[in-house]
Amino acid sequence: MIGFRTLLYKEVLRFWKVGFQTVAAPVLTAMLYLMIFSHVLDAQMRVNGVRYAAFLVPGLVMMSLLQNAFANSSSSLIQSKITGSVVFVLLPPISYVEFFFAYVVAAVLRGLMVGAGVVLATVWFAPLTFVAPWWIVAFAVLGGGILGAFGMIAGIWADKFDQLAGFQNFLIMPLTMLSGVFYSIHSLPGVWQQVSHLNPVFYMIDGFRFGFFGVSDVPPETSLAVVAASFLIVSATTLALLRSGYKLRY
Amino acid sequence: MGSAVSIQRVAKHFGRLQALAGVSLEIAEGEFFGLLGPNGAGKTTLISCLAGLVRPDSGRLSVLGADVAADYRAARRLLGVVPQELVFDPFFSVRETLRIQSGYFGLRNNDDWIDEILANLDLTSKAGTNMRRLSGGMKRRVLVAQALVHKPPVIVLDEPTAGVDVELRQGLWQFVQRLNREGHTVILTTHYLEEAEALCGRIAMLKEGRVVALDTTSNLLARFSRHALTVRLTAGGALPEALRGRATPSDGGWQFRLAGYHEVEPILAALREAGCTFDDLRLTQADLEDVFVGVMQGEGLGEGVGEGHGEVPARGAVP
Repeated sequence: MIGFRTLLYKEVLRFWKVGFQTVAAPVLTAMLYLMIFSHVLDAQMRVNGVRYAAFLVPGLVMMSLLQNAFANSSSSLIQSKITGSVVFVLLPPISYVEFFFAYVVAAVLRGLMVGAGVVLATVWFAPLTFVAPWWIVAFAVLGGGILGAFGMIAGIWADKFDQLAGFQNFLIMPLTMLSGVFYSIHSLPGVWQQVSHLNPVFYMIDGFRFGFFGVSDVPPETSLAVVAASFLIVSATTLALLRSGYKLRY
Repeated sequence: MGSAVSIQRVAKHFGRLQALAGVSLEIAEGEFFGLLGPNGAGKTTLISCLAGLVRPDSGRLSVLGADVAADYRAARRLLGVVPQELVFDPFFSVRETLRIQSGYFGLRNNDDWIDEILANLDLTSKAGTNMRRLSGGMKRRVLVAQALVHKPPVIVLDEPTAGVDVELRQGLWQFVQRLNREGHTVILTTHYLEEAEALCGRIAMLKEGRVVALDTTSNLLARFSRHALTVRLTAGGALPEALRGRATPSDGGWQFRLAGYHEVEPILAALREAGCTFDDLRLTQADLEDVFVGVMQGEGLGEGVGEGHGEVPARGAVP
């Protein structure tokens, strides 16, 4: 792991130098969601026995974490591909496995920072409990890892910024928004409950939320199995792409 | 001495374009080697294959014995590449860029060497400046510095002086020549033929993915002899009948193509006998541009050209 440490450091430094945009801005966005939705709904409804504002917070934390993990690896890769500076990491003796872990770990770290920021910023609005902290950590890390690796695939595949934006707007946004961040899927009509069960992000959010309240739509063990399997599949795909040199080494 | 770089029958195509069609080259340790050819000849593809940025369809490449595919970690540690494009990472300062690049090669606390490179490339005052704020020439110097952070024994410069001002070009060449004197092998591609002529001990010319000429610079110049004698006669003087056949009008005077310098004296004797006096008299020599144009137009260079040969003269030896 010769180059791994430096590549990880570089990736973290990269987003940290523009932290206002990469960490502070998504925290603010999540706060706005919470203020608006809890203002409208908090007095009127409870979900799974939890006040709506409190129910919403873990969902928003996870959604921000996932979206930012994806944004980090995908935008870093496409920027360095388009500017050509990707040669600086292709010329040194860095293996594709080190390459993978450096980008994914940096993506997870940014996701965790944004997630922690959302928790801190919203703590005044809704009292949170931490019933099962290890479940929280497991789902946060695995979820960030999946989206970080997925961001690598998108960043490697896309040749232009608008292709990446398409990925983000037409795949990542719907998958995260329709995953039960804002509602329990039990409130959905039958067919849409079925559809939601096909969305891996649903399990990330549901399992993550279990860690806070101890209640969830599906058993947390099921969610963990789905999330862990997703992580393995996405990681194996990303590693295979990197190994083949697809769109990086011609 | 052994081979610094060994390239054996390397072929690569992109779609229907055959970028490299079986290139073989052996470059000895300590050489200053030139890789010339028109745009699209395959120079950058060849260098990219050596650097592991492009994977060849067939053939083998190694750097100081380390295979660039099987033993890529060793090969990349032995190689420093200055890419052709003016690329930079806009997030970092010059020093951060060089520290990060050192770390990729497993080097921490590399600041002494970084300071030395910065001083040699006249970048010391820019160490804390963000890459975005540097001029094009300064960015080019940082690219050179990045290629040198891990003290590679083999240095590849892909058109390093394209669009660079004269002062930087001179400074860069002095630095690279010093590295070469200290034992680094240098491989250079350039469009400036006078640079190649002045710097490179040996030159390969590429055309359409093939090596079409490979020899020491002096041999290439000698073989493509374009010596000529140009005279401008004093007003009223006329060229003697005997010389008219081989003279061509040039620049208000007459030019004689020469096979060698031994032909100069008989021409001058004939002019003297005819009572001619001169306003001007010049001997011109072949330069690499003539060789280049000749080779690219398909004038063969005979032996020593083609696939698979690999005679490597020792540094400085001119057969």
